[in-house]
Amino acid sequence: MAINWFKYSAPTTFYPLAGKLIPWFAVSAAILFAAGLYIGFVVAPADATQGEFYRIIFIHVPASIISMFLYLVMAGYAALGLIFNTRLSSMMASAVAPTGALFAFISLWTGALWGKPMWGAWWVWDARMTSELILLFLYLGFIALHASIEDPRRADRAAALLAIVGSVNVPIIYFSVKWWNTLHQGSTIKYSGTSMHIAMQQAMFIMMAACWLYAIAITLMRVRSIILERERNSKWVAQLIEVKS
Amino acid sequence: MSLDIWMRENPLTYVWIGSYAVAFLVFAIEIFMVIHKRKITLDQLRMMREADESKEE
Repeated sequence: MAINWFKYSAPTTFYPLAGKLIPWFAVSAAILFAAGLYIGFVVAPADATQGEFYRIIFIHVPASIISMFLYLVMAGYAALGLIFNTRLSSMMASAVAPTGALFAFISLWTGALWGKPMWGAWWVWDARMTSELILLFLYLGFIALHASIEDPRRADRAAALLAIVGSVNVPIIYFSVKWWNTLHQGSTIKYSGTSMHIAMQQAMFIMMAACWLYAIAITLMRVRSIILERERNSKWVAQLIEVKS
Repeated sequence: MSLDIWMRENPLTYVWIGSYAVAFLVFAIEIFMVIHKRKITLDQLRMMREADESKEE
């Protein structure tokens, strides 16, 4: 049986679907966070050179990767909204932005926490860190620009342009450790293999999945409010049980 | 005792309070804000609905 995916690109059908999906993503995220923290703090051994401080990577690496990936997701949705003039795509872009900004903040914060004991400094103007900081500013710029324009459709278009242009920063963040001689270390996990202990890898990947599921759940929760706000004059919104009660 | 010495004597506490507690606090604030936003939006919609109904009457 073929599924008509275009059906879910309409706010009317996407709203109840998102409502059904949120608990699944949220509960899965909570379980994976608990498992990831258990493996990361109880099962995984201390690092030979960094001692216990390396355990920051279990939140730092997932937050950094997800902050970059969410930006591409946001820019993708914004581009879809700009090209095809689809309302839901622009709403999704607006819903992703705050979560992406928070992950970028967590990445920078935890990086600074790791930097102090390892490098002796909270912050250095290293290519990887500076480009991640620019990513945070791009998120904040997207949110601020969208909020500063009263007409939501015009705000969508203006913010979409910023998101699309800003997406050039994502490959710069990713390849910065290869292109420039940076203080920030390169990738530990490569296609050719890794020297990480298996428990460390498990904890990092489980925490990555947990952060990813959390990001999906919170974005779906936020987009439901955006849909209600922007479709408030529609009949289907007035007919919703939560609006009637 | 300076922070440098304290963090080296209590690395796990430093890692927990400094990074994980902050990250989970950020998540908690985000969840609270999203729930609050939904509550406000629903309240506005209910008020609009009530206003429409009273107009019709």
